[in-house]
Amino acid sequence: MIDQFPLHWIPLFPLLGAAINLLIGRRLGRTLAALIGCGAVAAAMLLGWEATWQLGHAAPSATFTGALFRGTWIHASDGNYSLHLNAGLMLDRLSAVMVLVITSVGFLIHLYSIAYMEADAHFSRYFGYLNLFTGAMLILVLGDSLPVTFIGWEGVGLCSYLLIGFWFDKEQNASAGRKAFIVNRIGDFGFVLGMLLIFAATSTLQYSDLSSAPALAQLRRPLAIPGASYATFAALLLFIGATGKSAQLPLYVWLPDAMAGPTPVSALIHAATMVTAGVYMVARLHGVIEIDPFASGVIASVGAATALLAATIGVAQKPIKKILAYSTVSQLGFMFIGVGTRAYTAGMFHLVTHALFKAGLFLGAGSIMHALGGLEDVTQMGGLKRKLPITRWTFLIYCLAIAGIFPFSGFFSKDAILASAFGFDFPELAIWPHWLGHAIYAAGVTAALLTAFYMFRAYFLVFGGEFRGPPEVHAHAHESPTAMTIPLVVLAVGAAGAGLLGVPEIFHPEMNHFEEWLSPALFAPTLLHHSAALEWGLMGLATAVALVGISLAWWLYGRGPAPAVATLAARLRPLHRLVENRYYLDEVYDLLIVRPLRAVAYVFWKVIDALLIDLVLVRGLALVVDLFGRMIRYVQNGDAQRYVVGVVLGIAVFAGLGANWVAWRAAPFEVEMHGAEVTVRAHGAPVGAETRPLKYQFDFGDGTIVKLPERAVPIASHHYQGNGTRRITVTAYDPRWGTHSRESRLVEVRTR
Amino acid sequence: MILALVTLLPIVGALLLLLVPREEVGLHRGLGFLFALATFVVSLLLVPGLKPAEWNALVDWVWVAPLGIHFKLGVDGISLFLVLLTTFLMPIVMLSAHQAIARKVREFYVALLVLETGMIGAFVAIDLFVFYVFWEVMLIPMYFLIGIWGGDRRLYASIKFVLYTLVGSLAMVVAILYLYVRHHEATGLWTFDYDALQKLVLSSREQLACFLAFALAFCIKVPLFPLHTWLPDAHVEAPTAGSVILAGVLLKFGTYGLLRFAIPMFPQAVVQCGPYITWLALIGIVYGSLVAWAQTDVKKLIAYSSVAHLGFVVLGLMAWNGRGVDGAMVQMLAHGISTGGLFLAIGVLYERRHTRRMEEFGGIAQVMPRFFAVFAIVMLASVGLPGLSGFVGEFLILLGSFDAWRTAKGHELFFGTGSHPKLIAAIAATGVILSAVYLLTMFQKVMLGPNANPKNRHLPDLSARELAVFAPIVVMAFWLGIYPATFLDRIDPAVAHVIGQFHEKATDRPELGPTPRLLGTLSKAAAAAATAKPGGGG
Repeated sequence: MIDQFPLHWIPLFPLLGAAINLLIGRRLGRTLAALIGCGAVAAAMLLGWEATWQLGHAAPSATFTGALFRGTWIHASDGNYSLHLNAGLMLDRLSAVMVLVITSVGFLIHLYSIAYMEADAHFSRYFGYLNLFTGAMLILVLGDSLPVTFIGWEGVGLCSYLLIGFWFDKEQNASAGRKAFIVNRIGDFGFVLGMLLIFAATSTLQYSDLSSAPALAQLRRPLAIPGASYATFAALLLFIGATGKSAQLPLYVWLPDAMAGPTPVSALIHAATMVTAGVYMVARLHGVIEIDPFASGVIASVGAATALLAATIGVAQKPIKKILAYSTVSQLGFMFIGVGTRAYTAGMFHLVTHALFKAGLFLGAGSIMHALGGLEDVTQMGGLKRKLPITRWTFLIYCLAIAGIFPFSGFFSKDAILASAFGFDFPELAIWPHWLGHAIYAAGVTAALLTAFYMFRAYFLVFGGEFRGPPEVHAHAHESPTAMTIPLVVLAVGAAGAGLLGVPEIFHPEMNHFEEWLSPALFAPTLLHHSAALEWGLMGLATAVALVGISLAWWLYGRGPAPAVATLAARLRPLHRLVENRYYLDEVYDLLIVRPLRAVAYVFWKVIDALLIDLVLVRGLALVVDLFGRMIRYVQNGDAQRYVVGVVLGIAVFAGLGANWVAWRAAPFEVEMHGAEVTVRAHGAPVGAETRPLKYQFDFGDGTIVKLPERAVPIASHHYQGNGTRRITVTAYDPRWGTHSRESRLVEVRTR
Repeated sequence: MILALVTLLPIVGALLLLLVPREEVGLHRGLGFLFALATFVVSLLLVPGLKPAEWNALVDWVWVAPLGIHFKLGVDGISLFLVLLTTFLMPIVMLSAHQAIARKVREFYVALLVLETGMIGAFVAIDLFVFYVFWEVMLIPMYFLIGIWGGDRRLYASIKFVLYTLVGSLAMVVAILYLYVRHHEATGLWTFDYDALQKLVLSSREQLACFLAFALAFCIKVPLFPLHTWLPDAHVEAPTAGSVILAGVLLKFGTYGLLRFAIPMFPQAVVQCGPYITWLALIGIVYGSLVAWAQTDVKKLIAYSSVAHLGFVVLGLMAWNGRGVDGAMVQMLAHGISTGGLFLAIGVLYERRHTRRMEEFGGIAQVMPRFFAVFAIVMLASVGLPGLSGFVGEFLILLGSFDAWRTAKGHELFFGTGSHPKLIAAIAATGVILSAVYLLTMFQKVMLGPNANPKNRHLPDLSARELAVFAPIVVMAFWLGIYPATFLDRIDPAVAHVIGQFHEKATDRPELGPTPRLLGTLSKAAAAAATAKPGGGG
């Protein structure tokens, strides 16, 4: 543990930038707003690199710790189950990777945004949101406990909401933002329950505790279903959170709609960083998730299903951003295959390479749309390679990277994932679908084929052939300004070369730096070692599949859509329609969940609230009460002064009670007799006798009167002469108010 | 003395206002605001050196000595922030009403100041008689606020409000008098003193009867499903100021009463009734959220959202462990801030457009960017976004109720045997989703989308006065979300103390007999309460 690094400044810089731009941005002017926006992220980036550099020179398992602010965030004492949370931060090798991706790619996108958003009326608000997002995302990855991560987790969701609906004057954009937030909240429901379960089992939510043996032992305890443990449920619940944030089945539906936001936002939030938060979380909590193979299997299976499903949808989309959106969903599925099959480094590696090429693809798409005045439909484009040379070449590199062509980065990361999926099995387990690994692999390879196909379909439709849209649009098409092309080039270099960080062992025994870097943080992941022949074979198959996809795309779209496209679409009409309409999943959700719930809400309101409670119960009661009401109607006539009089009178009565009856009940007494000797003990007042200066007078009925001074103890004795009935009278007198009270009693005196 | 000053300063102000001629409207506004502000400043003096687990700033004046009534006030970690919430919201409310209230201005400010004394008094009274007096004192000004300055159906709403509350307080006053007589019987002393009455050992049947009486009063105030239907009506008809105070403070008397009186005084009865109250709270969360979603009137929507949010508070109380009750306390404050803010925001819209129907709005954000920012923040605070006020309370409540059986001393209490705390917490957590659904839907309909209605094209943005109204609310929303330790540091020891006392009291007492089943003993208990000690207290 090292405490030397001021970690809190990494998220605080962007947060400060956000505060400035959101509060006074409009008065600052565009240049200053952009400077603050980019400067804040640049500062975070430099700090992030510096921290990583220092981390690299410390011991492999070193961790920097810090806190957003000193002192406690939330605490509640509860014996052994007390909660004590700090706003703690932690940087280990895993979060360092995320910090670098977020700040570096984030900085490039900030830079790109200056030109892209140049003409927008809400320029400073845009940068404010973008900075806010960066800060929240950094809190997410730097948080040292689940709740701190959750601050960032919901914070990025908020920024996503704000940025998707950035142009909120269009109903459609506002709805897309709302949908994103709500679907994410469904996921967060799982996240929260997962946290609760982990706390119930271990009494802690710190990551450092959760990787310790005692906590893991607590999580292994069985729960509810035979064979299941706390960890099983916790992992699955947290994964529900991941499916929301990382757009996996069944909660991916918000991401395609999220394309309503500005394109750089799609690049930053909905491709490179936020949507990968789920992958990061699974890697971060791998110790908990690994406890039950079933949880890992579910994660990998959901990832595979999503990868395949989204890829098929991507094939039939027309707007370029929608193609990229489904591609993102699909690639996120790949990452979950990676972390699900316990190849955490592979999953994280794909996260990094994907951040580079997918951010690039989105920025490229933004550049294309910028050139074409906002045109999105790829079937309307074509022949843009001469007009947009930089965009074209960089786009090609990204496409090659995502398709997984050697030696571009996607080749290495995707191959590692597929290899891990192929070997995903638990031979020692009796009840385990041993075919699962191969099935996931098959789905992954098919998705890879489709990926290569739909990406090059897009590439050829945009840049190949002749322009098919309105001629005046083509005439105005131009390459984007430098502020936009520089990020494209930098990302292209990354997308092309990042694979070299994770060269597999069969190429070179000591060049998998990425795995080497992460293995201390991910506790020596269980690495699968296939034979070299098998590994070459898998690699060859993946490459072959990618080439097939590209060739197919060339054949159908190389010079504009070939006649075969229409024929194929006609022949596969039902399938084509199904895919084009995204399997009608949105409609199904609407029909099965949203509408019934709305109906229930309406019924609750109109039937239970209005009819049952208000009409039947309350009005029914009112009929009974009506009689009572008639009586008090004379008093409650709405005349304010009369009420005031009533209140004053009421108070006066009580005050008077206090004043006039102050000696009240002070006089009751007890009599104790021993022959002719009698002792009278007055009670005094029940409460507060000591506070009142009472004077007592004892009349023994035979002419003897004893008067006691103020505050004296009210006891008096007397010796009677002769037998007979006597009346004893005790008088208590309050000299302050001149009031008194009196009690008397007859006693029988019998001397022997 | 500070406490008496805080409590009585507003009513002194009210009396002073009565001396000012009716026409001096500006003077009324200024003086009313000044008194509320002064009360807030004085109330801040309660914070330094507060010992959370005992009575601070104790005031103990004999009021009606023969009846043992003391004017006894004290503040601890539980009531402190509720007092501060009251004194904090009051000047804000007064400032917000500058333009909205043009009619009977003097009476308006007098009503608000009397209301303030009533509320503060009820939070700090530790003599049950005094508590009851203040409890009723605040009823009347609220009745006027709705009935005089309210909307079209104000008469219906105000009478419904008063009747509901009266039913509850009648039950409560009977129970208070019963305790009073019972205490005299046991010790020979006539007293309404909270600490003394709390030490009273009651049979389980007596506990049940008294608990039900207290709980009825408090559950109506919360309001707990199905006793909630007075709330939407009262909110819709009340003027903005009334709604803010109603949601911000008055509802808290329900939950405060449960925490201060009903639960600690009758532990065995709580163990019996806890599961039922828990389920009602749970229904309130889900049902309130869904019905909120179906609303077209913004104010009604927020009113139903209060049912859901207060359901969370009751759930936390019923978990009866440190996390749950701490969370309930924080949630009370957070709800006061965020819902108060939401009602103020709707007030801003209403002042400009004289309607609260959502379809009348749309695209307001384009013409009112400052308002957009403020409204968004209070809305998100209400949604429970981490970093804003709503999250901390909800999180602690869920955490506490998720393993409610693991209380500090290992007692199996409310959801104990036969119910499933994990399931209960899971159902409650759906409220987290639903709050986003109805609030974001509302926000979109009102603020986002095209600004299509010509009447909305030229609405003026927030004025400096309105910004001053919202600024403290926004600051508090962030404070509660980012640094709740300020509050938890004082709440937590007080809560731990109360829970500790409860466990001492709740340990099985053989002389009281076995804890009977609830429904079976209900009728017997009622009969016992009816026949016991005729002429109780006179």
